[in-house]
Amino acid sequence: MAMPTSLVDIDSLLALDVGASTTRAILFDVVEGYYRFIASGQAMTTASAPFKNVGEGVHQAIENLQTVTGRKFLDANLRLILPSQESSGVDAFAATISAGPPLKTAVVGLLVDVSFKSAHRLARTIYSRVVDTIGMNDRRKPGEQIDSLLKLRPDLILIAGGTDGGATRAMQKLLETIGLACYLLPAENRPAVLFVGNQNLAVEVKASLQSLTSSLTIGANLRPTLETEDLLPAQRSLADLYTAIRRSQIGGVEELNAWAGGNLMPTAYAQGRIIRFLSQVYDSRKGILGIDIGASAATVAAAFGGKLTLGVYPQFGLGEGLAGLLGYTNIEDIIRWLPLDIPSGVVQDYLQQKSLYPTTLPATTEDLALEQAITRQALYLALNATSKDFSHQTQWLVPGMTPFFEPILAAGSAITNAPTLGQSLMILLDAIQPVGVTTLILDQNNLLPALGAAANLNSILPIQVLESGAFLGLASVVAPVISAQPGTPILRVRLVDKNGNETLLEVKQGALEVLPLPSGQSGRLFLEPLHHADVGFGVGRGGNMTVSGTALGVVIDARGRPLRFPADHGQRRELLKKWLWTIEG
Amino acid sequence: MLAPVAHILPLTTLRRERLLPVPGRVVVRMGQKITPLDVIAEANYGGGHTLLDVASQFGISEDAADDLMRVRTGDRIEENQVIATRGGLSRKTMRAPHNGHVVAVGGGRVLLEVGDGTYELRAGMPGTITRLIPERGAEITVNGALVQGVWGNGRVDIGLMMPLLSAPDEPLAANRIDVILRGSIVLAGTCNDAAALRAAGDLPVRGLILGSLSSTLLPLAMQARFPLVVIDGFGNRPMNSAAYKLLITNAKREVTANGEPFNRHTGAAPEIIIPLPVAQPPPMPHEVTAFTPGQQVRLVRAPHMGEIGTLVRLLPGLTAMPSGLRAVAGEVRLERSRQVAVPLVNLEVLG
Repeated sequence: MAMPTSLVDIDSLLALDVGASTTRAILFDVVEGYYRFIASGQAMTTASAPFKNVGEGVHQAIENLQTVTGRKFLDANLRLILPSQESSGVDAFAATISAGPPLKTAVVGLLVDVSFKSAHRLARTIYSRVVDTIGMNDRRKPGEQIDSLLKLRPDLILIAGGTDGGATRAMQKLLETIGLACYLLPAENRPAVLFVGNQNLAVEVKASLQSLTSSLTIGANLRPTLETEDLLPAQRSLADLYTAIRRSQIGGVEELNAWAGGNLMPTAYAQGRIIRFLSQVYDSRKGILGIDIGASAATVAAAFGGKLTLGVYPQFGLGEGLAGLLGYTNIEDIIRWLPLDIPSGVVQDYLQQKSLYPTTLPATTEDLALEQAITRQALYLALNATSKDFSHQTQWLVPGMTPFFEPILAAGSAITNAPTLGQSLMILLDAIQPVGVTTLILDQNNLLPALGAAANLNSILPIQVLESGAFLGLASVVAPVISAQPGTPILRVRLVDKNGNETLLEVKQGALEVLPLPSGQSGRLFLEPLHHADVGFGVGRGGNMTVSGTALGVVIDARGRPLRFPADHGQRRELLKKWLWTIEG
Repeated sequence: MLAPVAHILPLTTLRRERLLPVPGRVVVRMGQKITPLDVIAEANYGGGHTLLDVASQFGISEDAADDLMRVRTGDRIEENQVIATRGGLSRKTMRAPHNGHVVAVGGGRVLLEVGDGTYELRAGMPGTITRLIPERGAEITVNGALVQGVWGNGRVDIGLMMPLLSAPDEPLAANRIDVILRGSIVLAGTCNDAAALRAAGDLPVRGLILGSLSSTLLPLAMQARFPLVVIDGFGNRPMNSAAYKLLITNAKREVTANGEPFNRHTGAAPEIIIPLPVAQPPPMPHEVTAFTPGQQVRLVRAPHMGEIGTLVRLLPGLTAMPSGLRAVAGEVRLERSRQVAVPLVNLEVLG
């Protein structure tokens, strides 16, 4: 068998992700000529007090990986053995990070509907919290804007505005205000600044701000013209600046970056890279969706024809962000997902308590129900927020609903480590409410960011690992869309397996049905919509396709889009239980 | 496996740095005894900034405006003092709108810091100054009992600690907040009654220590003008027995209630500090440990949330929980001799 060229250069690759709660060390290596995921080790992240240094967690995660694999990666001085020597060490190392509080970010721009919007979109691609926005339409006086920045002490100021070659005066005034605020801040509290505005001002920005900031980056203009938005180059600049800030804020990150050859990436950025890459590889008319909900944030990465929309939402993370979740949703919207009768006060207490202890696990049935209800709502909110920024190439069945995706990749231990796969599936179906035909895949080992980071070093590795079965095919989902009374037949389904065995099913509006098709098998799925239902082929139009077997088979979700619940809480809870029983058999 | 540590200590040496947010003056000396309300450092803190755009006002270039300035960086100025003036036919003058001082001049503009405020950094804890940090603050050391909480409203005060509970789950009731408690720091089990919080504020008390607080009362608790420290968390549950016993034992002593908001990144946490006389300084608290059998632990999630127990052994592999989740767990003997398996991530070591 001919071996790909890059395998000669790099065999093993160790990827490390420093999350808010957990640090993971993931090993990839060549097995029988192909890259494979070998094993992972994990440990508690030590970015916060009392350690304030990621080193201890990194060493422990790698040592746990050493225990699992029997291979040594660290020398006696706890330094990474790179490149590999006989049976120890690795040939390449990649790292990602999401630990640490969200970066306090001030956004500076000119026009609310132009540069501000783009700058906010850009800010959403890293773990940040916008604490102030300063612009031309700001009614505050410059002195008040300065006072605001002095009080808020942002970690990062993101300056956008002006088209390339356009007028500069308004922007210059804003830059003066920012410069004065930076000048007045104590040297150790000065922010990093990313300028992604009119490139004609780049030299002036450098001259006026370089000495007043902890780090200044001039990136490509977000809006080179009024009609054009190009976030991609600025995203890379922002990702680099994010890791630069983390290197100065958290002990041990500098060393981690050195191990990674200066290519440490924000976890979400790496995840976005791999999702964009997949959308280029699969060249599907549908989009590719990756979601990850962890303690630090909920991340949504959606790519359509190679164009990525990335949304990182610390406020929807399952850790500290929970204390403020009710600022974005009401308690009834969380309770609607609860199959148990839990008073709203208890839900509120749970949100506050969990924010104090983000790494804890739900040990009781009630706690698990709460955790999963909150996960559904947080993910639902994150997806809704991101969908406003989806590309114009997005294919929608009905605007306002989830667009067509194939596949949907899900990560985050609340989903992938749920006690049953049925629970994992129901969280995803309820939160995402996919339409048409799609496949749900679980990233149980959090490999996607590792592959995104590894792609920098080896472009073949991600492809071979993705095709290796390292991910769990959870279910093939068919979700028809129709406005019909519950109980109305809306879809005829015929599944023919490879032995010619047929399963026939008439699906009624409101139902959730399962057709078993185990992993490793494949079948032909014939869909015949009734009463003008749409499964993605057009209203009332049928079609057929080959489907691969998954852990839960083919799931027909005819519960309606958007999901609606009975007004009676008792009936709603019974319905939620019934749906789960249906999935779990 | 590394273990988080919560401090509930009958006798320890507590050492804390207190720092100004901006450079200023340290006003204490080495070895000085201080109370939590003493000022240890101060910094000039203006009421705000005003940017005067001379160039725009005069309709001239920035360079030309700079030539007309009558003030320099660092100048103290009085209200109505001339900032810049232009003679000739189109005579114009710009004056200072307030008292203050000039922080920057250039580009045709003048930036004033108005007002003459002073930011005072208070000690926040009793003790002795054991290190001076030039221009920023000092290190304070105290010997005594320490109980760390999980939530605080950002205020700090001292007073005699008056228990208003006969059991760790006794709720704070408005009708029990009597005038005799005025000026004291009140200890109660739990609070889910807005009227009780308001009564404490009306009296007023100097502080409130609770085992738990209903999260619906958080907005009210944030507005309270006295420090409020929650020891175990949110909901309606008793104070953990270790904190309860320690605090009850020290009833009617002078305590500091420091409602410093919890911040996992910096390690800041609300604290109750009870200074005690010692012959020899006791050891400082351990900040880092690993789970080991024999440790006293607190359970921080249901079931048994807030209960104290002893870690009997670390269980091999993964253990199935009632929720169905499987987790690395330890066996914990609770105080009523009951033994339960608990995910290690749901435990805090007391120390």
